[in-house]
Amino acid sequence: MTDKPIIKVVNLVKKFGNFVANDHLNFNVYEGEIFGFLGANGAGKTTAIRILCGLSHPTSGELEVAGFDVYKQSEQIKKNIGYMSQKFSLYENLTLRENIRFYAGIYGLSKKEINIRMDNLLENLHIGHLRDQLIGSLPLGWKQKLAFSVAIFHQPKIVFLDEPTGGVDPITRRQFWDMIYQAAKDGITIFVTTHYMDEAEYCDRVSIMVDGRIEALDSPAGLKQHYHAENMDEVFLKLARAS
Amino acid sequence: MKKFLGFVKKEFYHIFRDPRTLLVLFGIPIAQVLIFGYVVTTEIKNIRIAILDQSKDDVTREITQKIISSGYFELQQNLESSEYFEDIFKTGDVKEIIVFEPDFAKKLGKNETAKMQLIADASDANTANLIVNYTSAIIGDYVQKENKLLNIPMQIKPVVRMVFNEKLKSVYMFVPGTMALILMLVSAMMTSISIAREKEMGTMEILLVSPLKPAQIIIGKVIPYVSLAFINAITIIALGYFVFGMPINGSLTLLMAESLLFICLALSLGILISTIANTQQMAMFISLFALMLPTILLSGFIFPIENMPVILQGISYLMPPKYFIIIIKNIMLKGTGFIFVWKETLILMAMMMVFIGLSVKNFKIRLQ
Amino acid sequence: MPDFSIDIQNLSKTFGPVKALDDVSFQVEKSEIFGLIGPDGSGKTSLFRILTSLLLPDSGMATMEGYDVVKSYKIIRQITGYMPGRFSLYYDLTVEENLAFFATIFGTTIKENYDLIKDIYIQIEPFKNRRAGNLSGGMKQKLALSCALIHKPKVLVLDEPTTGVDAVSRKEFWEMLKKLKQQDITIIVSTPYMDEASLCDHVALIQKGKILSIETPANIRNAFSHPLYKIAYPDMYRLLTTLRTFSEAVSAHRFGDSIHVALKTRTGEKEVRSFLEEQGLKDVALEPVRPNIEDCFMDLMNDTHD
Repeated sequence: MTDKPIIKVVNLVKKFGNFVANDHLNFNVYEGEIFGFLGANGAGKTTAIRILCGLSHPTSGELEVAGFDVYKQSEQIKKNIGYMSQKFSLYENLTLRENIRFYAGIYGLSKKEINIRMDNLLENLHIGHLRDQLIGSLPLGWKQKLAFSVAIFHQPKIVFLDEPTGGVDPITRRQFWDMIYQAAKDGITIFVTTHYMDEAEYCDRVSIMVDGRIEALDSPAGLKQHYHAENMDEVFLKLARAS
Repeated sequence: MKKFLGFVKKEFYHIFRDPRTLLVLFGIPIAQVLIFGYVVTTEIKNIRIAILDQSKDDVTREITQKIISSGYFELQQNLESSEYFEDIFKTGDVKEIIVFEPDFAKKLGKNETAKMQLIADASDANTANLIVNYTSAIIGDYVQKENKLLNIPMQIKPVVRMVFNEKLKSVYMFVPGTMALILMLVSAMMTSISIAREKEMGTMEILLVSPLKPAQIIIGKVIPYVSLAFINAITIIALGYFVFGMPINGSLTLLMAESLLFICLALSLGILISTIANTQQMAMFISLFALMLPTILLSGFIFPIENMPVILQGISYLMPPKYFIIIIKNIMLKGTGFIFVWKETLILMAMMMVFIGLSVKNFKIRLQ
Repeated sequence: MPDFSIDIQNLSKTFGPVKALDDVSFQVEKSEIFGLIGPDGSGKTSLFRILTSLLLPDSGMATMEGYDVVKSYKIIRQITGYMPGRFSLYYDLTVEENLAFFATIFGTTIKENYDLIKDIYIQIEPFKNRRAGNLSGGMKQKLALSCALIHKPKVLVLDEPTTGVDAVSRKEFWEMLKKLKQQDITIIVSTPYMDEASLCDHVALIQKGKILSIETPANIRNAFSHPLYKIAYPDMYRLLTTLRTFSEAVSAHRFGDSIHVALKTRTGEKEVRSFLEEQGLKDVALEPVRPNIEDCFMDLMNDTHD
């Protein structure tokens, strides 16, 4: 993790009619950081992620993602990020290899490059035998892990993970986080949301959104200290209940 | 009963709260009638005709004058013999040739039937039909007016011949076809989608575990659509009648009753589809391909069944809209009563029974 | 024989090649909260669908309140309140209309059973004219629960009611369940969140259609057979990868801000320290820790792993 900000958000406001989904958000995310983006349902997380990914425009505010302006350069942003959502995002009726080819192709990787990286990936995860299996036939845990691998296949600068581990068994959940750590070590910035509070502890820094505002932003240890809490669960409850 | 009424109420909420459903229910039928009425129907204006007058008397001249002055037709040439008919059609833009038999006025005077021949270029079947209908109407009008003045009724018999498409018999009329299409769309597609939606949203699970009986769920789903489809049927008939001058020669009550029968048939089809389809998308897909396209293509709505390959003709016997269109045409255009459509009515009823039977058999009280 | 509310005997169900349920048997006592804990695809939903008579088992039998779920499905449907995995609400109906609808189809009215749902419904009543689709996750959950309760069921079957719901709403939800228990309602609830297990009277841990263990939460934790230590170090990733190479460790899993290491022998503490020091990790914070349900679950999962 460096001190070079890769996501800069200054006074982000997003309104839907009279409803303020994001109320003057200010934060930076640094290169190589694992940034936990927490909040209750409806607190405005998804709205903010959509804006950061260049899928929707903010009402006002200055935002830079991977060095690009979200208003004018959303195409460049999309090239430099990866995205995986809580709903699994690989095609069920394609094989692993076909999925990778398809997604890598979107990002303009050459055939040769795709093959080299695919071999690396299969080797690292010890899943050479899954190469020609339909994704639909794999267990959920594997699907999630593979979706993540595909999301970072084009070596983006940032990867957005929207509740990536929902419903996954505890061992797979931890394997998933091992992969996140590995990616972060390789220099990919991780922007992740989760409802599992123990996972919040795995992040370098955590922001907690309540009703469209960021109420707290610090390292898990810092937050626990500040709120006199034993764990992140308590921190979260204190913040969210206060509203 | 209260359970059931609560269910029906909920269905109405669904319909009236979804702008898209409302649009499909009320916007599309009107739009479709107007589109078919104005666009698909070729406008009749300055159609070039040729006349072979073998009699050249006052009456033929008067009729010719009347036809030309109607504004729909334009006399391209006067013919001297019938030898070149085909060539005239092929070379010129003449769309119709009118032939008066020799001694036309004389025959009328002797209280005999005078014959006219209307030969139309039926390569464009729809237009040909329209042209012939217009011409016949003008002649009919003339006859009617003359008859008021004469003691002996005047008898002119226009004989229609279509060239290039001799077998063309079906009268192109968009209202019955559109009606079949729309009732199919509203009834079958909307019910199947609304049931599939419950499956998709997971609410079907709750309905199944509730004490509601399957029949209550089905009938509750169907009732709102019966009433809405019926309103649609009335709208279409009214539009056809007031805007396009489509006659209703037969009994209006019979017409409505037959429409209701067809609506119920379409609804039973919709339920059958929903027992197969688990998603709204699937329901829509099946409705479109299994119902809409055959309705448009194989029911004789647009393409005359007589001109189809034998296999397709065979398949067309399985298309419920075919019978409905026959019934509607009979009632509206020919003004016939139930005696002439009982066979078709019976077929529709039988089909409905089969669909309902299959639906009940397929409707699962459990998942999977 | 104790008074069981739910009795499940040797239930099996397969979907094609997948064994969703593999010879599952357990009993649920009257008016207890019984938790079925396991990840997605472990068979929870299939089991619940069999209980609510939506699915037929391939073999085995189950009764609820003495009624067979296959033969007496009509009665089963009267006495159960069911909340499927997704909140089965009509999003185009308002809060009140949803509730009224579910009341009518069960042949009752909101008024008649208002007492039962009062505590829950009162929290969403200010929004009763809002469409259900516009509610937040927590409020949808409360409405769905109210709808499942409106006909005063004897057994409440809740399939992952807290999935995808934030920590606050989850906590509130469990408080509501506790209150319902006192109204003589048997509650069987499934969840992928292991921390919720401690809130149940009994839990069954389920994985790949098989029951790993059925116990009170306390007993499950007591049954953990290895000495367990909690270790923390600034570079957690390094600590974790190092511990995984330790031959005395049965498992090493990240847990919040520390790592839980299960050891083979009780004398492990010193050995761990010296091993880590050998590997260049000095001054680790190390203390024994009581296993939680998630530790137990992972341990049991490892035992049955193929």
